[in-house]
Amino acid sequence: MTDRAKLLEARGVRKSYRSGGGRLDVLRGVDFDLEPGGFVSVIGQSGSGKSTLLHLMGLLDAPDAGEVWLGGERIDNLPAAQRDRLRNTAIGMVFQAYHLLPELDALENVLAPLYVRHSLAAWLREGAAARARARGLLERFGLGQRLHHKPRQLSGGEMQRVAIARALVAEPRVLLADEPTGNLDEESGGGILDTLCELNRRDGLSIVLVTHDTAIARRADRIVRLAAGRVETV
Amino acid sequence: MYKLLLCWRYLRTRWIALASVISVTLGVATMIVVNAVMAGFSHEMQTRIHGILSDIVFESHSLSGFQDPKWHMDEIRRAAGDSIAGMTPTVAVPAMLSFQVRGQWVTRQVMFIGIDESSHAAASDFSRYLQHPENRRQLSFELRDGGYDTVDSQAETPGPTRPALEGAGWPYRRMRVERERLWRERQEAQERAAAGPARPVDQQVDAVLAATEQAPAAAPGAGTPAAQSEAETPAAEAARKDPFKASRPDEGRTMDPAKEQFTGIVPGIGLASFRDSSGVDRFLVLPGDDVKITFPTAGTPPKAVSDTFTIIDFYESKMSEYDSNFVFVPIAALQRMRGMIDPQTGIPSVNSIQVKLADGADLELVRDRLRKAFPAELYAISTWRDKQGPLLSAVDMEMAVLNILLFMIIAVAGFGILAIFFMIVVEKTRDIGILKSLGASSTGVAGIFLGYGLFLGAVGAGAGLALGLAITWNINRIRAAVEWFTGERVFDPSIYYFFKIPTIVHPATVLWIIAGAVAIAVAASVLPALRAARLHPVEALRHD
Repeated sequence: MTDRAKLLEARGVRKSYRSGGGRLDVLRGVDFDLEPGGFVSVIGQSGSGKSTLLHLMGLLDAPDAGEVWLGGERIDNLPAAQRDRLRNTAIGMVFQAYHLLPELDALENVLAPLYVRHSLAAWLREGAAARARARGLLERFGLGQRLHHKPRQLSGGEMQRVAIARALVAEPRVLLADEPTGNLDEESGGGILDTLCELNRRDGLSIVLVTHDTAIARRADRIVRLAAGRVETV
Repeated sequence: MYKLLLCWRYLRTRWIALASVISVTLGVATMIVVNAVMAGFSHEMQTRIHGILSDIVFESHSLSGFQDPKWHMDEIRRAAGDSIAGMTPTVAVPAMLSFQVRGQWVTRQVMFIGIDESSHAAASDFSRYLQHPENRRQLSFELRDGGYDTVDSQAETPGPTRPALEGAGWPYRRMRVERERLWRERQEAQERAAAGPARPVDQQVDAVLAATEQAPAAAPGAGTPAAQSEAETPAAEAARKDPFKASRPDEGRTMDPAKEQFTGIVPGIGLASFRDSSGVDRFLVLPGDDVKITFPTAGTPPKAVSDTFTIIDFYESKMSEYDSNFVFVPIAALQRMRGMIDPQTGIPSVNSIQVKLADGADLELVRDRLRKAFPAELYAISTWRDKQGPLLSAVDMEMAVLNILLFMIIAVAGFGILAIFFMIVVEKTRDIGILKSLGASSTGVAGIFLGYGLFLGAVGAGAGLALGLAITWNINRIRAAVEWFTGERVFDPSIYYFFKIPTIVHPATVLWIIAGAVAIAVAASVLPALRAARLHPVEALRHD
């Protein structure tokens, strides 16, 4: 069954939440796949389950049924420590609300995954290289002057670029972006999308982009449409 | 790595959490101060108790005592071996001390203790507590020709002086005798004047009286016909004509009180003086005064006998229990007066033997060996700790209760930390979600908050340590400032008998206090940390 050509796969994943007295079926058997170096948009209405799918693939949540595979290995049933490790090393995530840590400045936010990865001793060895790498990423995204600004001193577009730099600093195998332009004006959002496209084309980064906006979804190679917890054939 | 960084950032950006730690600080500081002062008091008290009681007290159950102290001392030495550093026999009996103040007889219940002046200093710190420098060097029961300390020789910082002791000794005695003679003459003159007209000699007497009044007036309370002249009671009417008739050594001979003394005694300073609220000692009698002591003889049934003694010094151990209870006298005199010397053999009896141990000797071990060697029916053998057991254990108890109460303060602070940490976890829910999405483990997230608790506990305890030590080391300055500010005595020397609050900081106690405070802070952060660890990342990310 394993398809060597697929980087990230969801096979028949189901997820439901309890809400109030009843059960809310968010995903009812979704199949999804992403080839290495691919750029896929997941589009759907609010509540169609696209964010949940992304969370399952990003190991933030576990499916009730079905499987998630990364690079030919099943990852959804791994022990917690290995899932934590995969989240840290193999998966980069970008969120609509940026989700930067307010106590850290831009550079430290970018370095956060590496802080998490390394112990203090390892950090003393690796810190300088990591710092240089994070600085390089921020400079590439035009934030060279804002390394030591706290998130609240940055604009939305800048914060999202910091978040993308953070997702990339650990050199993940796949980038999962959940409505990255949702909180931004058209111009900033366009800039973010340009950045993502460029990462995909120039660096060969595999990207899953979740959005409700068809126009944005079209920037991807392929579109998967979700409705009522199932994949709609386009 | 991120744990340390975030702990540090949270510590720097959340000052409110530090507020919860202030109670830890105050609790730790109070505990350090209280423990230091209590340890100081307890130490002071123990040295004083130990100063008067020798290491081991070997006593007879009977007031009449046991015969032949020399044989007993040899036996003790045989039983205890090298551990003995010194021994001295004593005789202690309950007695009544009477003296006159402004024509009124004052009688007090005392413990009358016969000591051997040559060997007593070797067995206890007794001589350290005397008021005459020469007596501190080598005690003699002879009245000194002045030179008594007018400042407390034991106080590190001089307290109020005792001008009353300035002229004490022979000068005071001579003046007193002279005053009494003049007083008597004037009285006789007045009796005559009632019959005839006033004569110039009365004015003369008045002038001399006025002149001599000045010096003793420096001794408040002792100014007027102080003490003695044993013939003031109506019952002793017959003796009035010959008031200073010595009962010994040679019965019947009239002694000159200006040149001779009775048997010397050293009463506790608390018997002879009282301390007023400003800390000044006011003396009722002085070295040079004569007093009467009534005590039981050694026979069965005991008979009360009285004798006159001359105060030659004061004893001040600063343990008010002793200072207001003990009167010391040469042991040979007491044995003779009580009839404790066997008329046939000349072998004396004693009540007890004070044993001082060599440095490093095991107190309890020696006591137990002696208990084995001597029958318990005849002798009571106890260490100085046994003697003051209830007092010492009361102090220990007091300290334990205080420590428990103060630790409660820190425990209360722990609940403050718990509440504030819960708030911080709620506030930081989204950040926790972010960290988990970046691959932080649940234990790692819990570690942030435990570490935060540890940091806060350490900061609070550290500040408490600094504050506590600062207060402890400056406690007397603080006391002085408070007294100056409020105008009231915070630390009344008439109660405590020392002018300085004693403090001892035991490093082990301080370490325990700090470890306890930090442990409480960490324990209080366990619950919030668990909550943070259990947060579901997706829900945490949705939280705003």
